[in-house]
Amino acid sequence: MELFINQVLAGIATGAIYACMALAVVMIYQAIDHLNFAQGEMAMFSTFIAWQLMQWGVPYWWAFLLTLVFSFAGGIAIERLLFKPLAKAPVLTNVAGFIALFAIVNSVAGLTWDFTIKQFPTPFGSSPFLGSQLISTHQAGMIGVTLGLLILLYLFFQFTRIGLAMRAAAALPESARLVGINTSWMIALGWGMAAAIGAIAGILIAPVVFLEPNMMGGVLIYGFAAAVLGGLSSPLGAVVGGFLVGVFENLVGTYIPGVGNELKLPIALALIITVLVLKPAGLFGRPIVKRV
Amino acid sequence: MTAMLNIKDLRAYYGQVQALHGLEFGLNEGSLTTLLGANGAGKTTTLRAICNMVRSTGSIEFDGASLSGRSTESIVRLGIAHVPQGRGTFTTMTVEENLQLGAITRKDKAGVTSDIERMYDHFPVLKERHTQQAGTLSGGEQQMLAVARALMLRPRLMLLDEPSFGLAPLIVRDLFKILGKINREDKVTILVVEQNAQLALELADKAYVIETGRIVMSGSAAEIAGNEDIRKSYLGY
Repeated sequence: MELFINQVLAGIATGAIYACMALAVVMIYQAIDHLNFAQGEMAMFSTFIAWQLMQWGVPYWWAFLLTLVFSFAGGIAIERLLFKPLAKAPVLTNVAGFIALFAIVNSVAGLTWDFTIKQFPTPFGSSPFLGSQLISTHQAGMIGVTLGLLILLYLFFQFTRIGLAMRAAAALPESARLVGINTSWMIALGWGMAAAIGAIAGILIAPVVFLEPNMMGGVLIYGFAAAVLGGLSSPLGAVVGGFLVGVFENLVGTYIPGVGNELKLPIALALIITVLVLKPAGLFGRPIVKRV
Repeated sequence: MTAMLNIKDLRAYYGQVQALHGLEFGLNEGSLTTLLGANGAGKTTTLRAICNMVRSTGSIEFDGASLSGRSTESIVRLGIAHVPQGRGTFTTMTVEENLQLGAITRKDKAGVTSDIERMYDHFPVLKERHTQQAGTLSGGEQQMLAVARALMLRPRLMLLDEPSFGLAPLIVRDLFKILGKINREDKVTILVVEQNAQLALELADKAYVIETGRIVMSGSAAEIAGNEDIRKSYLGY
């Protein structure tokens, strides 16, 4: 029983990271209807920025904040320079754009900071959380930050004008323009927010997986799995999906013989396919009611 | 009266296909004008050209300033509300959110709140359903919502694309009555594109008839309605 609870809690903790990545994926998917394959690399790059700032002596939380600002601006810049010109291009052109971005960011990070793994600090410490052996303070911190982020996003989208405008632009671009919304900038804003959310995910997971240019590869696939499971149209779904994937992955790795650590990743992929076949809209993807 | 909207030599294109061939007309401030014509005559294209939603050449002036080269959203911000064909309802959002979206460019919070209440007075059914997903409303209710959403902009000019489409005749009458009231009381200049010529002519004070991308007839609504030849050859009733 102890083992079970332990695995569930650990699953929830890593699930928090998947949830963050899934949130970032959903943000961009909502804005432009494409999956951003480079989301993980962007997050990794942001994490390196944070690391670099700390190397230069900037205190943790300042580095964290500056990294978010940098990532937000960087996300907007990427949209303006690379994806705005591709807005009317076919899907495959966009996919090629994402892959190019993936390769560029990965190489630039490798070139700048090389491929050796680096330690990354955690602000939460790694002592047992509340004296329990089951979960560390860092893991508890990851869960807390993710839930806080979800609440902030919810408040932003439900109760601010700009949040409402972003939702409108995502749902019906033409109608949004007809009420005076600059949909093009709403998309850029979505990119900026996604990049900042991704940066948070990267910074949170770096103490666990260590910092290096390929650190997000696996994480992004779990993030996709989480987003698809929860429904690509729902931020709440993305977070729930993230936690579910984290727990599922851990339990399968522990209890199904022969799976172990090696086969965890294929499980995520199998999950994506199963969900897409059985429930294409995902668990929380709201079926849209339409009457003519 | 000076013309609020002045259109000269308007040509519009869908790819290689030309849909408007040198359209000319004007709208006086405070008028209620209808643009009539058969399917494919270019009525919708005309409205879309005003809001720069289709490639066009020629001159469109609003209050003496040219609209060419402006983006759709910046044209809307000048006070031109457009209720598109198919209504453009944000179906996944609530009725109230739809109304708020209509006023998204406005900064006066108190004014927006009181305008929402005003819309609920105009359209009581919207008040009953203000927390419902807009997609669950009936066609007529959605059309009311679309008009209300456009009014939330506090527009000076409102463009309506076939508001009667798919609605029962009784509901169309209600809707047109409200449009007339808005025109008189709120001093909103209105341009209605319609296939239902008979009803539109009862409502409007001025009418233009469009055929294959050109204005072929213009006059007061009463004149056009009273001319049997025009009615038979262009309006089909």
